[in-house]
Amino acid sequence: MALLEVQNITKRFGTDEVLRNVSFSLAEGETLAVIGSSGSGKTTLLRCLNFLERPDTGCISIRGEVIYDAAVSQSYNDSYIQQNRLHFGLVFQSFHLFPQYTALQNITLAPELLAQKRPDYGANKKRILHEIQQEGLHILDQVGLSAKCGFYPHQLSGGQQQRVAIARALALKPDILCFDEPTSALDPELTGEVLKIIRELAQKNTTMIIVTHEMRFAYQVADQVLFMDEGLVVEHGSPQAVFDNPSNERTKRFLERYFSDE
Amino acid sequence: MIFWGVTLNLLSGFETTLLIFGLTLLFALPLGLLVAFGAMSKFKPLRSIVKIFVWIIRGSPLMLQIIIVYYVPGFMFGAPITTRFVAVIIAFVINYACYFSEIYRGGIESIAHSQSEAGQVLGMTKGQIFFRVVLLQVIKRIIPPMSNEIITLVKDTALARVIMVVELIMEAERFSNSGMIWPLFYTMVFYLLFVGILTLLFGFIEKKLNYFRA
Ligand SMILES: Nc1ncnc2c1ncn2[C@@H]1O[C@H](COP(=O)(O)OP(=O)(O)OP(=O)(O)O)[C@@H](O)[C@H]1O
Ligand SMILES: [Mg+2]
Repeated sequence: MALLEVQNITKRFGTDEVLRNVSFSLAEGETLAVIGSSGSGKTTLLRCLNFLERPDTGCISIRGEVIYDAAVSQSYNDSYIQQNRLHFGLVFQSFHLFPQYTALQNITLAPELLAQKRPDYGANKKRILHEIQQEGLHILDQVGLSAKCGFYPHQLSGGQQQRVAIARALALKPDILCFDEPTSALDPELTGEVLKIIRELAQKNTTMIIVTHEMRFAYQVADQVLFMDEGLVVEHGSPQAVFDNPSNERTKRFLERYFSDE
Repeated sequence: MIFWGVTLNLLSGFETTLLIFGLTLLFALPLGLLVAFGAMSKFKPLRSIVKIFVWIIRGSPLMLQIIIVYYVPGFMFGAPITTRFVAVIIAFVINYACYFSEIYRGGIESIAHSQSEAGQVLGMTKGQIFFRVVLLQVIKRIIPPMSNEIITLVKDTALARVIMVVELIMEAERFSNSGMIWPLFYTMVFYLLFVGILTLLFGFIEKKLNYFRA
């Protein structure tokens, strides 16, 4: 059974149809790369998965269980949404770290707040917080930043900030980690360190959806590639199928433009 | 020693000044936040009412508001506010809550919505996002306009005398009425010292919050 199943998602802003009948599914451990020109709806798709937007039609299921159904979306209250968005993590294009917290605190804040809901929190508070702290340090180490744990965001480079943002999302152990152009706000010489981390995550079979303009990276890392144009999924398949043998005219034109730039 | 006698008298007036100042801050700082939330509410009727109220309060003299709070309940509803001091506090709290609310609103709206979204995707509740993510950034941003407003409050306390609440200046006027004019000028020292201390305090807080950028 697929880990994630997205069925016929449509999203309108006013009369503007930004996503049209988008469907795809993702197995555990797979990486999906989403490509497409500016304004094609890639960010909106990730925002829908993370409940920052509510699709007008369609369903989202995790392991066969429907977590979002547009037909009954009115009935979802805040706590339902809060609960279910934990299936997903989102790494933003421009990081959005919390400036008043250190790198480590950025990572541990949400787990600490979530832990308050545990029934044994009162009794084991000290131990739980200690564990969260250790786990935070461990994740920071994974993204190669244990030396920077006490640094505030403004004391870090863009690439380091984005790695902290990835660690922050990982700390909640989401089923699916989403990236929205994680390197687009970075100077070219800093993109490598962030892509390296994502590559390592892929090797560890983290399930990921990556919106990116780094075509070479998508080709190497992704198990599936989805090409979007004007809200439609125009082409969907293995990297080889989409990049080497695109069947659609629009895909061909898009890729030609890209690779002629390089 | 006449000087010490005058000083002691003025100190008792200054005590009233400080009390007006302190109580106004105590109530107006949280009330202002509530007013700010009202002005930012998604519920349009509430938003409109709050905005009209803020316009009325900011658009009319505080002196007039003190007089209204003191006399109108008695005239209109036969339920007079019995102590002048309470009337002064009510008028000051309402007035300053409205000014503070606009400062809060500006501060809150200036924090990028993306900070809230970052909290949301991490599963935080609205309350957690406000108190753990947004608030400190807001405080950092509003310290300069707030210190301005609070320093204005120190001097506005002198308006309490329109309904005969004996604050610092009115205390000094008792001397000038009997021909001794210097105590009135002497009050300036009290104001300057107090504002000086406040200025140092705000500078200290600003420095404390310098450890991050927002
Ligand atoms: N909140 C909104 N209100 C109205 N229109 C919106 C909103 N958000 C996005 N759109 C529109 O939806 C379309 C798709 O936007 P989206 O940000 O998803 O594109 P994208 O593929 O991520 O583009 P880019 O590569 O530039 O990031 C755009 O035409 C945009 O103007
Ligand atoms: Mg985008």
